[in-house]
Amino acid sequence: MNVLGWLLWGFVATLTMTALMTAAQAARWTRLSLPFLLGTMVTPDRDRAVLLGFAVHLVNGWLLALIYAAAFHSWNLATWWAGAAIGAVHGLFVLTIGMSLLPALHPRMANEQQGPTVRRQIEPPGFLALHYGFQTPVSLFAAHLVFGALFGAFYTL
Amino acid sequence: MSASTPIGDYALIGDGRSAALVSRSGSIDWLCWPRFDSPSLLGRALDPDAGHWQLAVRDVREVERAYLDDSNVLETRVRTIGGAAVVTDLMPVTDEKDKGRRLWPEHHLLRLARCSEGEVVVDMELVARPGYGLEQPRIRDAGRLGVRIEIAGGLLLLRSDAPLAIDPTGAIRAEVRLTAGQSVAFSLTLAIEGPAIAPDLTAAGELIDKSASWWRGWCRTELADGLWRDAVVRSALALKLMLFAPSGAIIAAPTTSLPEIPGGPLNWDYRFCWLRDASLTARALFGLGHWDEAEAFVSWLIHTTRLSRPRLGVLYDVYGRRPARERELDHFRGHDGSRPVRVGNAAQAQLQLDVYGEVVDAAAQLVRRRDHIDRDTRSFLTAIGEEVMRSWCLPDAGIWEPRGQLEPRTHSHLLCWTALDRLHGLAADGYLPRRLAAGYATVRERIRTRIVERCWNRQLGSYVSTVDGSQVDASLLLMSWYGFETPGSSRMRQTHARVEAELGARGGLLYRNRDPFTAGEGAFGACGFWRAEYLALGGGSVEEALAAFESLLQYGNDVGLFAEEIDPDTGEARGNFPQAFTHVGLINTALTLRRRIAELAARGWKRHTVEWPPAQVEAFS
Repeated sequence: MNVLGWLLWGFVATLTMTALMTAAQAARWTRLSLPFLLGTMVTPDRDRAVLLGFAVHLVNGWLLALIYAAAFHSWNLATWWAGAAIGAVHGLFVLTIGMSLLPALHPRMANEQQGPTVRRQIEPPGFLALHYGFQTPVSLFAAHLVFGALFGAFYTL
Repeated sequence: MSASTPIGDYALIGDGRSAALVSRSGSIDWLCWPRFDSPSLLGRALDPDAGHWQLAVRDVREVERAYLDDSNVLETRVRTIGGAAVVTDLMPVTDEKDKGRRLWPEHHLLRLARCSEGEVVVDMELVARPGYGLEQPRIRDAGRLGVRIEIAGGLLLLRSDAPLAIDPTGAIRAEVRLTAGQSVAFSLTLAIEGPAIAPDLTAAGELIDKSASWWRGWCRTELADGLWRDAVVRSALALKLMLFAPSGAIIAAPTTSLPEIPGGPLNWDYRFCWLRDASLTARALFGLGHWDEAEAFVSWLIHTTRLSRPRLGVLYDVYGRRPARERELDHFRGHDGSRPVRVGNAAQAQLQLDVYGEVVDAAAQLVRRRDHIDRDTRSFLTAIGEEVMRSWCLPDAGIWEPRGQLEPRTHSHLLCWTALDRLHGLAADGYLPRRLAAGYATVRERIRTRIVERCWNRQLGSYVSTVDGSQVDASLLLMSWYGFETPGSSRMRQTHARVEAELGARGGLLYRNRDPFTAGEGAFGACGFWRAEYLALGGGSVEEALAAFESLLQYGNDVGLFAEEIDPDTGEARGNFPQAFTHVGLINTALTLRRRIAELAARGWKRHTVEWPPAQVEAFS
């Protein structure tokens, strides 16, 4: 396995993906912030959460890039489109299963059955994370495609 | 067509995600599952054929009902020719930890009839009409499991310890004869996300106790105690029923299209969250010590407006999305023939500049309570500040949301002034960059000058609704509440007198304005409370404030709920029901009055009764 390629391009792909999601937020397409969601698992402080969440996201990116790399090696093929294909599956997984599991995993997130007890907490993402804006699924899916394509394009077997 | 149940005959039960209206005759005539703004499952309040769930005791002679102490568990006590019974209605609730310990249905409505004396016969009839009455559910008898009602995207399960019969029309019926001490339970659950959970009916009594206990625990804040405790606690409980727990949003009312004019067209969907209500609602929740709800609500405000920032929408759904486009349900005959029945709300497309002040004031309350501001809130508030400084003088639709006419409005100017005033305070105290304070102060003074010079009508001797205008409206009474004018100032007293003369109705009630479009509507519940609070703030004597406030309290229905409007002639409730804003007005006025009385009592003041209207106010009419 190409450890250096995994570390370098996993880092670049995660960074690019985060930048794309941040841009989608800035463009008012979505309220979804993955670093914020990950960070608030650890701390309720919004400012620290984003920072911590970014670090967790980076580590996640590297770990997930390992799966991409494993797939490339098993296919003996590492191209941008192979990466994008895995990214598409990855994106769909996050949108469907990941988002539906999040309320159960996240200590500060409400679930759809919450009530009448209310806490200052994060609203649940809902199906395809649509609660965070109707363009959220597109933004998140596209970001995962780019992650996969970038990693696939530059990772060498 | 049979007459609809009067709006004030309903009581509300709920669980922080959805709510149902229960009539005095034991019929649940309004239920939207899974959320407040979902299509109705039971809609008889708006059409006789749109579904209902009746649990009626036969041969009733007397009916009395009340919520169990400090709870949202409704008890209807009936006396019949041969006995007496108690019907208990609720959506069971408990805390999240307890839900984790046992299987809890996703959505649950529980009804229990108990014979307390002699013998009674209970008739149950459930007619489920999902999708605003358009969907035909598939109904199947599942034996001991109950009756399965398959609807689009979910399964309703009706269970009872009595035999259930399915009629060819789709109605599910039961007839039960009870003698003293016997009871029968009916439970309706909805499963969407997983297999249905069939509740244990033998535990109905335990669920009622647990739910009542949860509500009592929630009410237990020291700040609720004091004068008018019952009315204040009931208002807090009503408000809590309109708070969507998963997000913290508060809807304006759990109903749509209950008419403002019986038989008329002023029928709107209020199952959304108006940003306008933010400041007053936050103050009511903070004032009663419900910090969690207040913080969740203000956090929801900040989070939800992220997509449109720095522009703020007028209303959002409970998850902060723009509601679907307004449409009319042509197949609904309307409450007492009041058509059209609308779902969605077109006001969302309007420009209403007052929302900026409301949201900033609510956020400022939160920042000061926590003595902390995070980066997101800071950037939110500075972006709002820039937007207000850019657009404060634009003509807009304003607080009363007239459709079509945009004008520069006093209330909108007032709230833009409020926004900049609060932002200036936050900047001066270091919560926002101090360099911004001077800019806020400059524009704030520009707005003040405009209001003082062009929203004051010399001929009338009053502030008026629009720039260079000649009409008044009740929102002018809020000028003191936001700190723009001292309550005892000559201008405010004159404005109050003019508002009272032009908009006052019987019993301390107040119309909101004299708009020809809304001619014939009732007096606005919240406006009456604004006036009482203005008096309590110092616009009148404490006796006047007390008289005005206590006169208004009589317009709640038998279980203490208030509608959006009140018919001054008959006292009947009008419009969507119950209305959060009216209850917020009640709470805030009570809190202000308590404070004023405490201050005066410290100086030896003793209460003596004054009838409403007091002489000096009557002189203006």
